Amino acid sequence: MIKKLLGVLALTLTCSVAVAAEGGYKPDNAPDRINNMASLQNGAMLFVNYCLGCHSAQSMRYNKLTELGLTEEEIQRNLLFTTENVGDLMTIAMTRADGTKWFGAAPPDLSVIARAKSVNLGPSGVDYIYTFLRTFYRDTSKKTGWDNAVFPSVGMPNVLWQLQGPITHAQADLRQVEQADGNTVWQRTTTTYDPQGYAQVNTETVQGYRGGPSVTNTFRGTDQARSNAFDNDVADLANFLGWMAEPNQLFRKRLGVWVLLFLGLFLVVTWRLNAAYWKHVK
Amino acid sequence: MAGEKTVETTGLLGWIDRRFPLSKLFKEHMSEYYAPKNFNFWYFFGSLALLVLVIQIVTGIFLVMNYKPDGELAFNSVEFIMREVPWGWLIRYMHSTGASMFFVVVYLHMLRGLFYGSYRKPRELVWIFGMSIFLVLMGEAFMGYLLPWGQMSYWGAQVIVNLFSAIPFIGPELALWIRGDYVVSDATLNRFFAFHVIALPLVLIGLVVAHIIALHEVGSNNPDGVEIKDGPKDSKGRPVDGIPFHPYYSVHDMVGVAGFLIVFAAIVFFAPEMGGYFIEFNNFIPADPLKTPPHIAPVWYFTPFYSMLRAITTDFTWVLAAASVLGAVALFLRGNLRGVWRIIVPVILLVLAVLLRTIDAKFWGVVAMGGSVVILFFLPWLDHSPVRSIRYRPTWHKYLYGVFIVTFVILGYLGTQPPNPVFNLMSQIGTLIYLGFFLLMPVWSRLGTFKPVPERITFKAH
Repeated sequence: MIKKLLGVLALTLTCSVAVAAEGGYKPDNAPDRINNMASLQNGAMLFVNYCLGCHSAQSMRYNKLTELGLTEEEIQRNLLFTTENVGDLMTIAMTRADGTKWFGAAPPDLSVIARAKSVNLGPSGVDYIYTFLRTFYRDTSKKTGWDNAVFPSVGMPNVLWQLQGPITHAQADLRQVEQADGNTVWQRTTTTYDPQGYAQVNTETVQGYRGGPSVTNTFRGTDQARSNAFDNDVADLANFLGWMAEPNQLFRKRLGVWVLLFLGLFLVVTWRLNAAYWKHVK
Repeated sequence: MAGEKTVETTGLLGWIDRRFPLSKLFKEHMSEYYAPKNFNFWYFFGSLALLVLVIQIVTGIFLVMNYKPDGELAFNSVEFIMREVPWGWLIRYMHSTGASMFFVVVYLHMLRGLFYGSYRKPRELVWIFGMSIFLVLMGEAFMGYLLPWGQMSYWGAQVIVNLFSAIPFIGPELALWIRGDYVVSDATLNRFFAFHVIALPLVLIGLVVAHIIALHEVGSNNPDGVEIKDGPKDSKGRPVDGIPFHPYYSVHDMVGVAGFLIVFAAIVFFAPEMGGYFIEFNNFIPADPLKTPPHIAPVWYFTPFYSMLRAITTDFTWVLAAASVLGAVALFLRGNLRGVWRIIVPVILLVLAVLLRTIDAKFWGVVAMGGSVVILFFLPWLDHSPVRSIRYRPTWHKYLYGVFIVTFVILGYLGTQPPNPVFNLMSQIGTLIYLGFFLLMPVWSRLGTFKPVPERITFKAH
């Protein structure tokens, strides 16, 4: 009985963590580069080098990358690490069971992750990934030594840390607090993580604040040029994941224009045909 | 030759006609089926529903060739269709868009019936067959939605099948019987697949045939709600206000088809997910029985009914019980019921009031959801208005229809959102408006000053 209750409790907790992970952080707008082949190629390179070790993309074949302007030889030479055949699917050696053991949760398959992370009439999954990968910060209190502002306590370590370079992260939590005398005041608690991941907490009272509670995250790289290059790379990677979620999307839209043009013409024909028939109906 | 019928047609057609009533059927249902001349925009949706049915069946056949109804394979087989099957993405998007557009078209088709009183005598069976189509379509859509085997497929099915467990006494066993397992699983996927691709489509096609046969037996209604058969006739006994369906309405419907296909193609090629409402984003995560999504919402076409399900809370059953008691008293004192019915119906309502407070609210939520669909079947007998068409009803009836439509849309929106106290209150009010609209229809539909109905249809030559 106790075991069952604990099980239910654990389940509820995981669910509430999941809820906490979903809400809150407003994603940045990822730059739209879906028509930029160079960006997609760079994204593919980053994906194969940094993601494909732990995450699979089971619905994706290596030779599908030829649609991004790469030749099969180029793919074979530069992107094929875990398999020999360029027609193979992007699978990985790690099992789900191992993934769960090592990371707390099995790393999800990334074939359609950019679609899965989209929000109804809201930010796209590409925006989510673009933001998620740029909001890692050092936090010595976490198991991996890293935490994430979009997905707090995420099991994934910051695999792109070498590209990102050292950063400081400041989270300002502005909320109403009740004081000992019963009055409420607005208080801003700023937690600053230095590049080594040591936190410093600073609390101040804010006078004359109007508005609701808010949480603001600021990330500052110590090297601006490197930070910009990193943002650019993550944009390419997110762009590639967006492409991979539906490799036919560019063709779909191109074809759609022609289909609509044809149907427009068809509408005119049917409209005139109908008018010709009904002209004499009294 | 002995035993052969004499027919007017010659050649191959004559040969067929002597054996099969091909020309007769074509005449009866097309070239000599007289439809009123004054059909308007709203009359496109019947033929469009038929078009979408054909799209769904044809695309469905090709999907089945590549889809794997297996808990391990289903999710990836859909992505296989999207990526590796030649034109698979187009077939799949046509099918997913077709599902939503089917409901768009059918809702508008039903609304047309509501506007012009197309369910009134002698068209009750046309309406009942149509409502049966709607009901089967809901089952078809629900079971089809499980097949992609994503998180929303899985948990949506879990939630809806669990509704059956709210039925007193037999509920839990019934839910188990439907699933074929203690949770939605491979067994459920397989049986839903069988229902989705064989059982329900067969029923659907049969009902569509019955719907059209019944319609052609009594003839189409029209925006004026007057019978063309009662109007003047020509020397051959054909109604002057009617026109042969073919070629006049077949070419007319082609315009509707072209317009519809433009909308349809715009969605398929440029917004197949329709912002996450036609294809839900959560459904791109494979089904995981151990991980409940934070927010489970059915697809948009079910959300008005889903809202009514969620609206029935324990507190709210007080309101419903009070409404039943009021109804019982009103029927006893002022109702038109004759003889023993004057006692029986109020007593049933009083018993209902007691049961509302004794059985779990979850059950009444299921009843409200089911009832909100079932009540539509009774529309021909709920509407006591002296005229059919909204055109000749009192102006305030039009506002009432407006309130009903807005309520339905708001309920639909609320059903997509996570619950909160304000939204719950709104959906409770919405549920009362929805149910009140139909249950009180015998009373309000005959009130007010009706406009004079013309003898013949109003038709302006093009």
